[in-house]
Amino acid sequence: MNLGPHADFIVAAYAVTVFVVAALVAWVVLDYSAQRRILGDLEEQGISRRSQRKETP
Amino acid sequence: MAVIDLANPTRFLALVNRMLPWLWAITVALFAYGLLRSMHAPDDYQQGATVKIMFLHVPAAWLSMMCWGVMSVAALGTLVWRHPLADVAGKAAAPIGAAFTFICLVTGSLWGRPTWGTYWVWDARLTSVLVLFLLYLGVLALYWTAEDPGRGSRAAAVLTLVGAVNIPIIKFSVDWWNTLHQPASIMRMGGSAIDPSILWPLLIMAVAFTFLFFTLHFAAMRNEILRRRVRSMRIMQAQEARA
Repeated sequence: MNLGPHADFIVAAYAVTVFVVAALVAWVVLDYSAQRRILGDLEEQGISRRSQRKETP
Repeated sequence: MAVIDLANPTRFLALVNRMLPWLWAITVALFAYGLLRSMHAPDDYQQGATVKIMFLHVPAAWLSMMCWGVMSVAALGTLVWRHPLADVAGKAAAPIGAAFTFICLVTGSLWGRPTWGTYWVWDARLTSVLVLFLLYLGVLALYWTAEDPGRGSRAAAVLTLVGAVNIPIIKFSVDWWNTLHQPASIMRMGGSAIDPSILWPLLIMAVAFTFLFFTLHFAAMRNEILRRRVRSMRIMQAQEARA
């Protein structure tokens, strides 16, 4: 594939797009594992959300 | 399951957990096919191979506006119905919209230099998209810096609705003012001005980008719901420690 005399501009555009999209994907994946880990830690400490608590008589 | 049931965060999470693997797979497949078609698309008779930048620039531009539309609907949900999932949707969409607007601006500049001879001009289309990017940053600042999350969300929703005025300005700027940016060439009266050999790869890439947006948005919404659960559990922990 011959990109002609402006190949640098084409490659730069695709490189920037790949970098930004990869950053977005990394953000959602890493954030998900971080939130799951923190939730797991809190549950291990016996903390539960109000909606999960069983009503005591 | 009725659609209204999905407004429950727990049910929404269950649905997203089932949907996300499929959405990721469809997105990757669409990008693989779209990029393959883009690589084999012919050069433009005037612009040469630089037309390949269009396969990124145009979908990113569409998404930058569509994402603001999604945020505007979410803002209405936040302000009118005060629904927590609407606020989650708005907050999760903002960074993704900012990222696609950034891609639109950068790829547009990189396309403009060989095509127009300049990276940037202060014409109505380019300037209104830059304003959109700044509005995204403003919304993000409100979400991320407000001490009271509820107040920050309402302020961000108001800014989102005010900023929605900019979307038709972006769309019609090339018709209302003299701009260096070309007028609409895909959706216009009389049909597309683009040859099908270039138009089809562009449409496939646009669908791929749209799937990427919804995949990222659902994933970010799931993260935001979990983050709010963490916050409420920490508040409970602090209250129990004080009692």
